This record gives sequence, structure tokens and C-alpha cells, in this order.
Amino acid sequence: MNIHEYQGKELLAKYGVAVPKGGVAETADEAERITQELGGAVVVKAQIHAGGRGKGGGVKLAATPAEAKEAASQILGMTLVTHQTGPEGRLVKKVWVEEVSDIERELYLGVVLDRATGRPTIMASTEGGMDIEEVAEKTPEKLLKIPVDPALSVWPSTARRVAFGLDLPADLVREGVKFVTNLYKFYDEMDASLVEINPLVQTKDGRILALDAKVNFDDNALYRHEEVAAMRDEDEEDPLEVEASKFNLNYIKLDGSVACMVNGAGLAMATMDIIKLAGAAPANFLDVGGGASKEMVENAFRILMDDPDVKAVFINIFGGILRCDILAEGVVEAVKTVNVDVPIIIRMEGTNVEKGREILEGSGLDFTVGNGMADSAEKVVAALNR
Amino acid sequence: MSILIDKETRILVQGITGREGGFHAGQCQRYSREFADGGGAVVAGVTPGKGGQEADGVPVFNTVADAVRETGANASLIFVPPPFAADAIVEAVDAGLPLVVCITEGIPVRDMVYVKRHMEESGAVLIGPNCPGVITPGGCKMGIMPGHIHKNGTIGVISKSGTLTYEVVAQLTEQGLGQSTCVGIGGDPIIGTMYIELLRMFEEDSATEAIIMIGEIGGTAEQDAARWAKENVTKPLVGFIAGQTAPPGRRMGHAGAIISGGEGTAAEKMRVMSECGIHVTESPAEMGLTMAKALGKV
Repeated sequence: MNIHEYQGKELLAKYGVAVPKGGVAETADEAERITQELGGAVVVKAQIHAGGRGKGGGVKLAATPAEAKEAASQILGMTLVTHQTGPEGRLVKKVWVEEVSDIERELYLGVVLDRATGRPTIMASTEGGMDIEEVAEKTPEKLLKIPVDPALSVWPSTARRVAFGLDLPADLVREGVKFVTNLYKFYDEMDASLVEINPLVQTKDGRILALDAKVNFDDNALYRHEEVAAMRDEDEEDPLEVEASKFNLNYIKLDGSVACMVNGAGLAMATMDIIKLAGAAPANFLDVGGGASKEMVENAFRILMDDPDVKAVFINIFGGILRCDILAEGVVEAVKTVNVDVPIIIRMEGTNVEKGREILEGSGLDFTVGNGMADSAEKVVAALNR
Repeated sequence: MSILIDKETRILVQGITGREGGFHAGQCQRYSREFADGGGAVVAGVTPGKGGQEADGVPVFNTVADAVRETGANASLIFVPPPFAADAIVEAVDAGLPLVVCITEGIPVRDMVYVKRHMEESGAVLIGPNCPGVITPGGCKMGIMPGHIHKNGTIGVISKSGTLTYEVVAQLTEQGLGQSTCVGIGGDPIIGTMYIELLRMFEEDSATEAIIMIGEIGGTAEQDAARWAKENVTKPLVGFIAGQTAPPGRRMGHAGAIISGGEGTAAEKMRVMSECGIHVTESPAEMGLTMAKALGKV
């Protein structure tokens, strides 16, 4: 799960990670008041779940409370388009107003999981403010990677390696060590899947601060972090995806025209692939899961049909735990209650497949039955072209 | 022959009194009776606090250690809910079981970081979590896959997915190619056993003639395995990667299936696999056919 920058900074501050002073505002007047309280120049930053906000006009400097009010009134309510939002952009509902930091150097610090070793890894670079993937690719020698032994966590010697690796001046090493140690503690205890401080800044008045904060959490661990779970902002997600999540359906909206309903994530991805190979494009990823009930299948079908771009439906089920007869019942029920005006192609294999086919055939509804993945995908494309 | 499990396997089911655990323990028993002459059966269950009871005729114990001592169980199959599953793995490993298969989906990554660290010196093999399990057709079914679609034979199957594994098995069977052992390694960011260890086992297994590895987007395990296989595997190897059309930055159902920072795309994985001499197919409909071609059977 993603959260906003201001939420990340508030959580980090609780762990003793140094962040600039600031406050979050939903109106221009609030932004003015926060600036007055901070008592100096501020940065007004749009709060959306995407990077590249500055380039899109979502970050403005303000010298006075009046300027901050003006900046906030421009940013709030705007639809911000960045390289990460897609062309439709995102509506800005909140701004984060923070003190301007007098920057000496911009650095990079992150904690991620190294899947190959199974260990959390601290990433640090003197090339702050840049795209870190680009640094890793073009100048790998400038990216320090330090794996952490989870049994030890971060010991002072580990943190010192990071601080010296960032070329921090001697009088700031202590603060740097504290920053790294607390950041790791946050990552570990809060079940984060990614913490990225880019840039981490060294200020002219001798401080180390998180100027930006990108924090992602492990969805599977949200049950033990109620405070984080409450930070979910459904406005940042696709409405159909929000609806699907209410029924425990794994649904991701894509931009093609063939809706897919599949059991199992791997087979769902493979189904998208075969649609592409057949010459069409998938409208979504949807895994109804191994143990889907009739109701889940119905809800899934309704969500698929709510997408106005859908021109055909491809149902691909390999019955294991999910029995084909259960799926067939769900689909028949759904087609009766949901208004369906596009062709439906169904391919079923596995447990109780004969029973499933009988239910479909006996329903009197108009389905095309596919034979194997390739044949089914071809039938989908043929139906699209009709 | 086969890898990991066979008729000698004595399965212990952790979470046997739960809905899922109970159902699938029954299915494994049924497979043992119908396809494996009673071998590879479930001999014990564990549910803390329910020791002394029976679940469908299988004795239930409070701890894994008790179950192992009383029944000689030598492999554990875990159906414990996500918040308690990591603990269940640790208990099985600490009881000295050489093989642990964890089906549970949704275990926090952090729990698995600690489990993996704890297992480093244990010598135990963990398959999963978030996987369909392991099956040696005609020998032992230790998982949630539909047993009847499998056929005894010489192809080793390694896959991150559940139903996509059933798909490949069905395609292999259609080509007249049976399987030595099928291993679902799981779709989580941290899994107990990755491709390389299993490729090594299949390479050494005299009953395995060729191997198919099914991967998906996310991470670099497939590339690492391909490079290792180039130097160490002499048997024909077929590969497929799911998620060629997946957008970056989105988790495609499996917690580990995400392209992040340009890493883990299907195109990159397939390129490296091809370069390392693996017979790669772009079509999920041709996985079985590609194997038949690699073996010169069509």
C-alpha cells in the first residue's frame, strides 16, 4: 500500500527520523496559517501518490504567508499530470507546507528487500535527487548496497559505513548514524516494503533531513498496523479496483478491450499474454482466487461489465480447488442479473468440467466455448472483429 | 525415482483441523489410496490445543515434535492462517523435519525474512509459501493440486504459479509426456526454495529426462537460474514467463509479481533464458508442445 508524502513524514518523525517542520492543508487559508506558524519561507507540495510533482507544477516556493496562500490555491483542486500518473492525472486535495531547507548537498538513502538474498538492503548514494535506477545503471560505483542481517538489525558499524559512504562531514556522522538506524528500525517494525528518502539533504546549518519520503507497506502485514491501514486513500486508486478489493478480488484495470476472468495469478497473466499474442489487448487482470464462491464469481463479473471499454469477455478457468460447476453457476447467475451486451468466451478445464459445461449449455444463454487457450483466444478476437 | 517426495513420504499436516487443512488432508489421503498404493500418506496432524483428537482417522498432536516422535512423519504440509504460518514453519524446522511445504498465501514478508534467516543452517528444505505444493505422480501428493490431471513420467516441472502449473501439466500429458515431480515454488517475494536448488535436484534425478520452468514477472530468480543452468544442467530445459503484458509498478496478484525500477520484466527474463540455451516459448498455449519439440518427439 502507498501513502502520501506527508503521512510518510509524520510516521518517520515518530521514529526519530529527522524531517523538515511542516503541516498539511486542505484549503489555501490553512496553508497561510501553517506558513505563519513556521515563520519563514516555505515549500508548498501537492499530495498525490506519484513522483515528478515538481515538473508538473505541483511544487511551489513561497516567501510569505500570502504567497503560500496563493500557491496553495493554485495547486489545490488542480489535476496534476506527471510521468507516473498517466495522461488523466490526479486531482490534488491536499498540500504539504514545509519550511524551506538551506541545502548544502543532496543525497539518497533507501531500504528495500533484496529478493535474491532474502535480506533487507540499505541503498545509499551521493547522487541525491536523481532517478536511482538510472544511477544504478549508469554509475553503479556510486550506489552503496549494504545487506542487513535480520538477526542483528543495524549495528552502529553498519550505520557508520553508510554515513561515511555518503561522505558526511565528521561532525555530522553521529546524526547520520542516528538517521540510518532509525530509518531501518522504521522499515522493519512497520512492515514497510520500501522506504526511499530522495533527496536526503545535508543543510548549510548542519542538519540531515528527509526532504522527500516515499514509503510503501506490505499489504499482507496491514492487519498489525491499524494506523497505517487507516491512511489508505481510495481516491488515489481506480474506482473499479476499490470495488473489487471489497470482495477480496485481485483486479487491476488495464487499457484493452477484452475483459478476463481467471483463477490463479499466473494463469491470469498467461491469459493476458495469449490475448495479446492473438492480436487483441486485455482490459484487466482478474484473479478470482483458488477458492472462489458463486457470489465472488458474480461480483467479479459485475465489475468486469462496469468497465465501458470492454468489448468481449474471456473466462479461463483451470479447476483445482475452484470447481468448474461452481464457476458455471456463478457466471449463469451473473449474466441473468447483469446487463451483458458483449460476447462471452468460456474455457474450462479440470475438476468437474463436465458438470460445468452441462450447466452452461442448459442455461439457454449465449456463450462460446473455447477449446484450450489458443483456440479460445482466437475465438475472442473473432468475436471482437464481428 | 523423483525429487523431494515419493511413496516413502510420511506427511504431517499443520492446521489439519481447519477448513482448508482438513479438506486437503483428505484429498492427499485419497490420492495415496487411488494412485500410490497407500504410500505417501498423511500420518499425523498438528493443531495446538487439540492433541489427542482425530481428524478423519488421522491422529492430531499439540506439537510437531510430538507428532514426529509418535508417527515417524518426515515432511510437513502447512495450512495455518497467515498471521501464524511463519511460526508454524519455524516449529517444523526446529522439530528436525527435512521437508516443509507451506501453502498459506498472505504471510507478511518480514516474517519470511526472519524465517529464511533462521533456516540458514538447518539443512531443511522449505517449498513455498503461497504455492500449490509438490506432487510426484503415482508416489505422493503433498499439496492442493488436482491429482488426477498428473501422469507419471520423466518431465520435471518447476513453477511459481498454481493453476498455470496445472495448465502446463495438462499440456504435457496431452503430448504424452508424464511428470517425474512437479514443484510449485510460490509467488511471494521471499520463498524457501528457488529454481536453482530444484534444477540441481532434477539434474541429479535419474528419472527426470527434461525440465520445464515456468516463471513470472518480478525479481531476477529466473535469470539467475538460467545462468546457473547454462553451466550446470545437461538435460533439455523449456521455459515460459507469464506477464508479458503486465504494466510496471503493479502487483499482479502474487505479492512477488511486480516490475519495479525496470527490473523483472518478462521480456528481459525470456531474453536471458534464451541466451542461456533454454527453449523459451512466448505462448502459454505451447508450453507442452515446446517440450515435445525439445525432446524431438514432434
